[in-house]
Amino acid sequence: MSALSLPGLPGPAPAQAAAEHAAPRAARRWYRQPALMSGLVLLGIIVLAAAAAPLLTPYNPIAQNLNATLLPPSARHLLGTDQIGRDTFTRLLYGLRTDLRIAFIAVLLPFCIGTALGSLAGYFGGWVDTVLMRLVDIVVAFPFYVLIIALVFVLGPGERSIYIAITLVGWVSYARIIRGEVLVAKRQDYVLAARSGGLSGARIIARHLLPNVITQAIIYAMSDIVQDILAIVTLGYFGLGVPPPTPDLGSMINDGQNFLTTHWQLTTFPGLAVVVVGLALSLIGDGLADLIRPGAA
Amino acid sequence: MSREGAGTDGAGGIRGGAGTGPGGAAPGAAAPGGPVLQLRDLKVRIATRRGLVRAVDGVSLEVARGEAVGLVGESGSGKSMTLRAILGVLPPEARVTAGQILLDGADLVPLSQADLNRIRGRKISMIFQEPMSALNPVMRVGHQIAEGPRVHLGYSRSKAAERALDLMRRVGIPDPERRYRAYPHEFSGGMRQRVMIAIALSCDPEVILCDEPTTALDVTIQDQILRLLARLCRESGVSLVFVTHDLPVVAQLCQRVAVMYGGQIAEWGDVRDVLLDPRHPYTLGLVRSAPDVDEVRESLVAIPGSPPSLVSPPPGCRFHPRCAFAEEDCRAEPPPPLRELPGGRRTACLHHERCEDVLATERSPR
Repeated sequence: MSALSLPGLPGPAPAQAAAEHAAPRAARRWYRQPALMSGLVLLGIIVLAAAAAPLLTPYNPIAQNLNATLLPPSARHLLGTDQIGRDTFTRLLYGLRTDLRIAFIAVLLPFCIGTALGSLAGYFGGWVDTVLMRLVDIVVAFPFYVLIIALVFVLGPGERSIYIAITLVGWVSYARIIRGEVLVAKRQDYVLAARSGGLSGARIIARHLLPNVITQAIIYAMSDIVQDILAIVTLGYFGLGVPPPTPDLGSMINDGQNFLTTHWQLTTFPGLAVVVVGLALSLIGDGLADLIRPGAA
Repeated sequence: MSREGAGTDGAGGIRGGAGTGPGGAAPGAAAPGGPVLQLRDLKVRIATRRGLVRAVDGVSLEVARGEAVGLVGESGSGKSMTLRAILGVLPPEARVTAGQILLDGADLVPLSQADLNRIRGRKISMIFQEPMSALNPVMRVGHQIAEGPRVHLGYSRSKAAERALDLMRRVGIPDPERRYRAYPHEFSGGMRQRVMIAIALSCDPEVILCDEPTTALDVTIQDQILRLLARLCRESGVSLVFVTHDLPVVAQLCQRVAVMYGGQIAEWGDVRDVLLDPRHPYTLGLVRSAPDVDEVRESLVAIPGSPPSLVSPPPGCRFHPRCAFAEEDCRAEPPPPLRELPGGRRTACLHHERCEDVLATERSPR
């Protein structure tokens, strides 16, 4: 019998076998990804510093000291003080705290809503798909920042408005990504098998499709969060963000720019902090993408 | 595992006594009343850019309790579409335009998807050709087996897990406790197909539809899987509809067979009768084009020509352009209906007696 199986019979193809084993091995070597690793280290340091701010600095971020205004950097004030005597390094750490917290919360809602709507549109198609995707087209037609700023302006400054604005604008990207992935995945045999097994559409989406496609949305979330941080900082700069005196990188940049020629550290370091946070998150996103996308290594 | 009675090693094995196959004793004994599954004049149309494809064009057949029915034919003969129509999982551009699908006498065609979901996986389940792609790559194998009982039988998590382990044992997956938590990519092709079979069995269905379940496996594994299916068929009285283009497989597993050509049934009857003594030139061609192990033939006889276009099928008998027996009456519309022959056989050929002549001359000693 086995002699008969020799010529041209479809045994397990070696290439296929190799591809099947590539995924778990790559997953085990995640720490070997330089981009992912440096991003994680960088973000880890930043998050730790922001979280441990009360331990790292003896000053209160909102306590004014009019006897010590606009001091240059020194051992007592690492980055000097601002025009009303607040320690800049302290405000930087607390500002990071505010902005990171808002950004991480703000990325969740559009992620969930976009993923849910995108998978419905992709799986069921028909009028659901048409309506949702026209809505997406309308939102995408406007530039991201312009729309966010306009929305927050209408809703009034503050954290709640930022969440609402980012959710209203941000879900469309997730919906698009997930819809595309679901369109491809629902043609797979395992979805046909699940349908043949008498599973409902909702169950197929939740248990079978989403676990297979959600990684793409997670990768996108890493770059989306960068966009969100920039939006939050921009809003703060325009005075539409968290109201003072709560420290926020955007308002720090704005406050310091009057003293740019004499006290450059007041604007430069908050700006640099935004850049470094963005860099860390982008590195993580790239690393994750390399790790998860098959073929890219 | 002992031999299941049927010849196994090729078309020649049929002579060894197929037809007494796995469920050989079952159909009569376990059939209280009519067939479990019955198709009546089923028609499936697919809308394509080139036109309306008559993928399934008036197929009728019946499956008794505990019986394995083969559905044989070339690619594109409508075998798989027939199976998908039974489950109501046709591609979006295809639909059933006529006919009935009777499960225990109740028609499935008019049912809504929600109603079908109470039948799919529970009363009728399906095994697919590619066990790799038909299993969810990111879900633990045990959970995939346990899902059916959870959804259809309302089992608790622990009871469903118990059921899954039991099924894994029944289909011969070694060390089920450990493999329960494994992912499909950690399984070999044959083990994956066993998982598929366990999933199909999970709610004790009445019928399992098999879409070329052994085609993607190598021959020794193929044999194991067929024996497993035969054993399950015998033990649990489940009926099989087995789609394949592999005649020896049909001979090994099935009691009756439908030969499909161009979306229609060309011939129907007991496996032994149909494969040893065909009454349709297409079946004759299939049998003669299959390699034979016992008997070294001078050459394999290929069927000339290619399968018909199902957008504009040839008038009359679908097979006549490739048929050596074709006469003027074969070209006349409508296509010849199936005619009854003795022994519960049916053929679509108007000149089926010619097959006898051919076989007689071929088998006479030279």
